[in-house]
Amino acid sequence: MTKRIVSTTINGEVVEFLSDPGTSLLDALRDTVGLTGSKEGCNNGNCGACNVIMNNELVNSCCVLAVESNGGTITTIEGVAQGDHLHPLQTSFLEEAALQCGICTPGFIVAAKALLDREPNADEARIRHWLAGNLCRCTGYDKIVRAVLDAAEDMRAGAKA
Amino acid sequence: MAVLDYVAPATVDEAVAVLKQNGQTARVLAGGTDLIVQERERRRDVGVMVDVKGIPELTQVTIGADGSLKVGAAASCASLYRNPDVQKKFPALVDSASLIGGIQIQSRASLGGNLCNSSPAADSIPTLIALGATCEIAGPGGRRSVPVEDFCTAPGRNVLGDGEMLVSLTFPAPAAHSGAAFERFIPRNEMDIAVTNAAASITLSADGSKFESARIAIGAVAPTPLFVKAAGDALVGQPVNAETIEKAAEAARAAATPITDMRGSAEQRKHLAAVLTRRVINKAIERAKA
Repeated sequence: MTKRIVSTTINGEVVEFLSDPGTSLLDALRDTVGLTGSKEGCNNGNCGACNVIMNNELVNSCCVLAVESNGGTITTIEGVAQGDHLHPLQTSFLEEAALQCGICTPGFIVAAKALLDREPNADEARIRHWLAGNLCRCTGYDKIVRAVLDAAEDMRAGAKA
Repeated sequence: MAVLDYVAPATVDEAVAVLKQNGQTARVLAGGTDLIVQERERRRDVGVMVDVKGIPELTQVTIGADGSLKVGAAASCASLYRNPDVQKKFPALVDSASLIGGIQIQSRASLGGNLCNSSPAADSIPTLIALGATCEIAGPGGRRSVPVEDFCTAPGRNVLGDGEMLVSLTFPAPAAHSGAAFERFIPRNEMDIAVTNAAASITLSADGSKFESARIAIGAVAPTPLFVKAAGDALVGQPVNAETIEKAAEAARAAATPITDMRGSAEQRKHLAAVLTRRVINKAIERAKA
C-alpha cells in the first residue's frame, strides 16, 4: 500500500500530509491533521456530523477519500469563527440553546453555513429541507432551525450595515 | 482487503486500462457515497479506487444541438439540478436528483453511480428508464450503447463486463407536448430508501386530448427497476382521462413482483406501484400542458 502526499488548503492554510489511499477525509482531518471538530457519527453518510465544505460543496467527510481532497479547498468547523470572533451561526446556536450534547453541532453549523453562503434568504422550509441530512438526537430540531433563521437575519443585517 | 491504491486517470482510455489490468478489484469511484461506505463495511472488495472525476467527459452536462441531453456518468446530482437547461427541459431528472440522500450526498452522488450500484430501489433509475436514456459504455473492446432498461440484471448487478465502465447517459430531446415526473413513497419526508418509486414520461396530442406515447417504470418492486411497457401501452392512443390512467396503474400493479421486508410488505408495494404510477402520470400531464 502506497501512501500518498495530499496537499490541500484547510481553513485558509495549505496543509500537506500523508494518507493511505482508502483513508477517509474525516479520519485524515481528525487523526492526521489534528482537527477533531468534525465528528464521526454514523460513518456511512446518514448523520452529517462530519460535514465539511470541500470546493464550495457541502459533503460528508466520511464519504470522501482524503486523497480526493488533493489540490482542493476545505472549510471545517475550526475555520468558521474568525479568531475569537464567533460566526453569527455559532452565536445564535448559543443564544437559542440549539445544542445539548453537542456532537451534531459542528455538522449542523457547517451545513447551515453552506446554505446561508449560497442562499442568504433561505426560509424555514428551505432550512429544514437543507438540514435533513443532519441528525440530532437531543434538541428536536426546532431550536436549531430557529438559530439558523436568527443567524440568517443577523447576517443579512450585517451585510447591509 | 484494504484499498491498496488510488488512481485518477485523465482519459477514459487510461481508466479502462487500469480497470482491465486490475480485474474485479478495481472499482470506478464517482461520488463515492455508495462505494466508500460499501468498502468500509466490507460489503465490497476494492483494491484500486479509480477516480474518474478528473475525466472531463465524465462530469460534463451538455445539451446537444438537437436538444438531447448528455450527462457524464460522474456528474453530481447537484450539478444537474442547478443546471437551468435541465430544470427547464428535464424536470423529472430534478425530481430524482434532489431526492437521493440529503444535500451532502447530492453534492457528490451521480446518476451514473446510482445506476451502476444497481439497487432495485435506486431513485434515479425509473426516471432514466421513463426518459428513454441510453448508456454509453467504454471497455477494452471499444464503446457500446445499452438502453438503460437493459442495464441492471439483478440486485447490485449489471451488464458491465471486465474492464468496462459507464461513460455517460444520453436523453432524447423532449417532444412537443411531453412531460415526465418521478415520485417515491417513504415514511418520512427526506433521507430514506424508497418503499416503492415510479416515473412516467408521456407525450400528448397537440390538443392535449390523447396520449401519443408513454413510458413508465417502477422501482423497489422487483430484483431490478422495472420498465413496464404494458403500462405505457395502455395509454397510447387513448383519451386523457382517469379511466385510461387507471388502466396504466393496474398494469404497473400487475407487473410488480415485490418482496416483503422491513420497509414494506409485498401487498403494500403492489398497491403503491399503482398509486405512484397514477400520480406520476398526472404530474407528467400537468408538465406537458404547462
